[in-house]
Amino acid sequence: MSSYELPVTTSQPAPHRVIPLRRSLSTRWISVLTLFVLLAAWWAVTASGMIEPLFLPPPSAVLQKGWLLATSGYMDSTLWQHLAASLRRIELGLGFAVLTAVPVGIAIGANRIARGILDPVIEFYRPIPPLAYLPLIVIWCGIGELSKVLLIYLAIFAPIAIATATGVRTVDPAKLRAAQSLGASRAQLIRHVILPSALPDILTGVRIGLGVGWSTLVAAELIAATSGLGFMVQSAAQFLVTDVVVLGILVIALIAFAMEMGLRALQRKWVPWHGQAH
Amino acid sequence: MALLQLERISAQYPGAPTPVLADISLELGPRQLLVALGPSGSGKTSLLNLIAGFVEPSAGRITLDGAVVKGPSAERGVVFQDDALLPWQDVLANVGFGLELAGVAKAQREVRAREMLALVDLAGFDNRRIWQLSGGQKQRVGLARALAADPRVLLMDEPFGALDAFTREQMQELLLQVWRRTAKPVFLITHDIEEAVFLATDLILLAPNPGHIVERLHLDFGQRYAAGESARAIKSDPRFIETREHVLGKVFSQRQVSV
Repeated sequence: MSSYELPVTTSQPAPHRVIPLRRSLSTRWISVLTLFVLLAAWWAVTASGMIEPLFLPPPSAVLQKGWLLATSGYMDSTLWQHLAASLRRIELGLGFAVLTAVPVGIAIGANRIARGILDPVIEFYRPIPPLAYLPLIVIWCGIGELSKVLLIYLAIFAPIAIATATGVRTVDPAKLRAAQSLGASRAQLIRHVILPSALPDILTGVRIGLGVGWSTLVAAELIAATSGLGFMVQSAAQFLVTDVVVLGILVIALIAFAMEMGLRALQRKWVPWHGQAH
Repeated sequence: MALLQLERISAQYPGAPTPVLADISLELGPRQLLVALGPSGSGKTSLLNLIAGFVEPSAGRITLDGAVVKGPSAERGVVFQDDALLPWQDVLANVGFGLELAGVAKAQREVRAREMLALVDLAGFDNRRIWQLSGGQKQRVGLARALAADPRVLLMDEPFGALDAFTREQMQELLLQVWRRTAKPVFLITHDIEEAVFLATDLILLAPNPGHIVERLHLDFGQRYAAGESARAIKSDPRFIETREHVLGKVFSQRQVSV
């Protein structure tokens, strides 16, 4: 009986709780500090005149230009209009990709024949950099909005379809059997067990797809567009308006960061069981 | 008259050289708690999967109330070793899941689910998340979920195998209480000899290569518990120990033959 009274069990949880807390705090602080150091270095090299503003304008100039762009605009449109053009394209591409890639992924994961048909098609085009088939899309669909949305759609489709198929294939067989022994039909299995089980993987696929899609979009706008963040950066570069280029790059990075954070938050909200021992 | 009937069942997995089960016949009637006991490889999980309809026999017939069993159905509720609950739903929704699949209205199935939770001593756990439960609590939710769908028979696949010894004893007692109150016929498989002897009204002992029945016993320890005797008193009763040792001896003599 006396062995139950040893203090071993009470002292154990303490180091468990302290260590990760201290580490997560300090990691975040290191990151913030890094950002500040980089900004300070940027300011220092430009303020001292070491680098000409043509190559790297000072932070203050970029900020000023940002204000100007947001209010009066550049190349006939404001920063917001360029931003809106880019966001609308990725939104359409993402929307269509989710609507089609999730059912296709479920079909690949759950049906042998569907896998046989669709797997080689996706695996064939997935490794091709989207910009490599952009010229073909332009030949087929012209240089309008359709070709850009189609390009992003294709770039996002493959990661979501593949992640969904993986999620479907790794569904816990015990959960499927449990649902079947409670009388679930095939459609009910998909709706109540397979789809929620695959949701963490689907969201991971969306995260990867959005990353690929966003970089593809900006690159496509560099090549063939008359609006959008990529176009704004490219046309500014042609006239050596470096502050607009830097600003454009920062906005592009910020949007990518915001999308990533948003999806992580969505993951925490929608799949709180993911990563929990259950 | 038996409710569930297995007539000369054999089972063989495709590609396997020997069958996993050979010539199994057994019956499960109302108010019976049939326990299949056997070492690993004796085919007891296969036997449960056959009755549940997850796999098909290569020979023989399984009937429930005279109708041949084909595929899984809500008539044969299953409690799994690993709870197999749905973590994206709370406890109440998990228990009502079978009724949801059957199209029962939400208010109605919640009433039923609460009744079942009370039956397994989990009243008030409605909105807990699955990952917040202990192993024993998860198994109770699994039991409540199977019962909520009101199956004709309850199949239990080593339901307490993953639990610690203390929790396992509690769960055995809970199962006997639930079994007595609901009067559902139960088919349970286990490799725990004491558990088998304590719970069973009828015990079959399986031996491997291929799985076959080597012993059938009719026991009353579970009924004595249900009648009010304490679990410890029963398990330390010389007759209980004698039965347990008899079964243990059978298992070992079989093992020597098969090795």
